Amino acid sequence: MSDPTTTQLPKDLAAENGMVNVQIDGHWIQVPRGTRMIEACKIAEKEIPHYCYHSKLSSPGNCRMCLVQMGMPPRPAPGAEPEYNDDGYQEIGWMPRPVISCANTVAENMGIRTSGELVEKCREGVMEFLLINHPLDCPICDQAGECSLQEFSVGYGKGQSRFKEDKIKKPKNVKIGPRIRLDDERCIMCSRCIRFMDEVADEPVLGFSERGTHTTVGIFPGKELDNNYGLNTVDLCPVGALTSNDFRFQMRTWFLKETDSIDTHCGTGANITIWTRGNKIFRITPRQNDEVNSCWMPDSHRLNYICPTDEDRLTACLIKADGVHEETCWESALEAASEALKQFDASEIAIIASGSQTNEELFMMLTLATELGSEHLSIVARDQASDNMLISSDGNANSTGAKLIFQNSAPSSQLANILEGVRNGSIKAVIAASENLLEAAGFSNEDLEALELLISINSQANATAQASDIVFPGAAPAEKRGSMVNITGRLQRLNAACIPPGDARSDWEIIRDLILSISGEVAQEAPQSIDALSKILASSIPEFEGKHLTAISDLGDIVAETGHSIPLLKREAERKANGEIVG
Amino acid sequence: MATIKVTRPKLSLLEKLYFPSIVKGMFVTFKHAVRSLRGKSIGGDSLNTSGLGVTMQYPEQKWDDHLPEYYRGVPTLVTDEQDRERCVSCQLCEFICPPKAIAIIPGEIDSDDPWAKVEKRPKEFDIDMTRCIYCGMCEEVCPEQAIFLRKDYAMTGLTRADMVNDKKRLYEIGGVRTGLVNKWNDIK
Ligand code: SF4
Ligand code: SF4
Ligand code: SF4
Ligand code: SF4
Ligand code: FES
Repeated sequence: MSDPTTTQLPKDLAAENGMVNVQIDGHWIQVPRGTRMIEACKIAEKEIPHYCYHSKLSSPGNCRMCLVQMGMPPRPAPGAEPEYNDDGYQEIGWMPRPVISCANTVAENMGIRTSGELVEKCREGVMEFLLINHPLDCPICDQAGECSLQEFSVGYGKGQSRFKEDKIKKPKNVKIGPRIRLDDERCIMCSRCIRFMDEVADEPVLGFSERGTHTTVGIFPGKELDNNYGLNTVDLCPVGALTSNDFRFQMRTWFLKETDSIDTHCGTGANITIWTRGNKIFRITPRQNDEVNSCWMPDSHRLNYICPTDEDRLTACLIKADGVHEETCWESALEAASEALKQFDASEIAIIASGSQTNEELFMMLTLATELGSEHLSIVARDQASDNMLISSDGNANSTGAKLIFQNSAPSSQLANILEGVRNGSIKAVIAASENLLEAAGFSNEDLEALELLISINSQANATAQASDIVFPGAAPAEKRGSMVNITGRLQRLNAACIPPGDARSDWEIIRDLILSISGEVAQEAPQSIDALSKILASSIPEFEGKHLTAISDLGDIVAETGHSIPLLKREAERKANGEIVG
Repeated sequence: MATIKVTRPKLSLLEKLYFPSIVKGMFVTFKHAVRSLRGKSIGGDSLNTSGLGVTMQYPEQKWDDHLPEYYRGVPTLVTDEQDRERCVSCQLCEFICPPKAIAIIPGEIDSDDPWAKVEKRPKEFDIDMTRCIYCGMCEEVCPEQAIFLRKDYAMTGLTRADMVNDKKRLYEIGGVRTGLVNKWNDIK
């Protein structure tokens, strides 16, 4: 291969595909031209410790943790031709000083060493500098257990301190907003929080003041970090400098179990991780999905969850007798419901489903409507203002799913007729699932009182449950397994992080048993598990063909064209195209 | 193979009779019986005798003063010279405890508390002594020198709930411990 004229060199082969050859720790790989060195190392499965670099933010290169040794072929003397070895590469001349891998891009025939004496000594030095003024707070620090400073200190640090002087004091336990606490002594000045507020949240309220070891991150005078995306800075902060008031001192992270699921507060369906211990939810954090929510989620959605241990959860079936609810068992509640429904004509019964039910639940609602012969089936529309970031203008998490399952482009269109029917007396019985009718559905207390029969599935003790003749205790989103389709037509999976409290069950199970109770069919013929139901669903709805629960990929699959897009992702794509971020 | 012939010892008539040996044995027994009645049994002191023989009349008499410093009895929480509760509810002991005997609910220290700078202390701290195996891991793992196995070992109760030491009781048994590292000092 030494004759470059007869054989193609690796550099030419790579260049044809817009790639370059990089040697990482002795192995040659091809990566796209313009890749950051740190990303190239990630492709080569070499971990580079880093603090300030984040692929969705600009790269200031200020923490120096990502130092590696770099080498390039020496420039040939004037008139000399570059020499290639037997493999077709030029010899690498290693630089005596390290470079940061997060802000430099790869080049043809570049060499990167992610280990070796130089790199290890550099990392030890950087760790030592980061730790000289760091407080011994780990026992009281919420970040402990998921702290990059702890991890890299163990992995790459010196193991002991040579710093004998008094540490510098900085503000501790500062309330910089309604939801966030700042501890400046723990801050390592990576500036991720500052960049996030500036570049993504577009509300720059954080900044550095002072110089040298006195550098302090802080909030601008007269400002507050009250942005609805503020808690993302807590996730971003590699140390425990920014902590969430909601999660503060609630539980150490190593006790928490992580369950991947999706947010059900709006049509975006942000990917989330639910952190639980026992049957209690401790926090919810965003999970990266570049097609849905990037790495972020709004505070209003993450803090607003229903936990099995909440006081207002319904834990038993209730039947109203003489105006008072009495607890009862599933058998008698289901029997009472089916008996009561048989008193009415099919046209007198309406079924109100929820746009935040899973596909499987909506499918069961449809089956129930078919079983009863009722034509009045509707979800409740929830139009709201989009925040032009992640919160969509559709307050329902699964309107798209309802459209596909009901085969109706306006699944909430029947609601007005139902309300009208209730008011003029043609509809006498209503089955409402996971909807508080007094809210978005537009029912009034008088409407509910006018009904002869109101059966509801509710997870919380709300006004609809209060007004219902029969109440079935339902499951909250964190207790459900199922699938939903977001506004962009992406089919995504919810996983159950908790089990429903007491006697409560998932909606699909309740509806299945109600159908069995009405039809008198044998239980064995109905789906016995959510996975069995999802297979039935996948074979009944053409868009879901082959997409039963276990077949949905972890980041979801597109099943419908909706023409919707997510504003934050658009801006992210622009910044990526401009080369501001890696993306 | 060489064969060694062992000859039986020749016993005298006196030796052949059992009686003299029995008398000899009885003599030794009676000697100790007399000593015991005089309260002079050998080793009686070190075994905390009740006076009669070496028998210790537990629980009236106990061996506690003989327990070594490193004795692993009931795990307890301690306060220090400054009357500060040392535990910051880091939950490391809860994590390490092999039989999961420890249950902690962490809490925040009020901002008007003199020790507000410590920020965190346990709201509740329970050690279930029906579970504890007295292994001492909690003491070893504690980064704040807050939990120590004390010399108490006689944990009794009539119900399971009685056997759970709550925070109040843990501090009662634990008491004050001096000379520990004072991490939360003026400089901190
Ligand atoms: S930021 Fe990390 S290293 Fe610093 S006190 Fe918190 S857990 Fe410990
Ligand atoms: S507060 Fe956290 S995210 Fe912000 S600069 Fe300091 S270490 Fe970085
Ligand atoms: S002594 Fe061992 S078993 Fe008992 S509480 Fe401590 S760690 Fe748990
Ligand atoms: S390890 Fe020590 S400081 Fe931590 S919770 Fe246990 S007793 Fe308290
Ligand atoms: S990650 Fe490269 S300098 Fe911080």
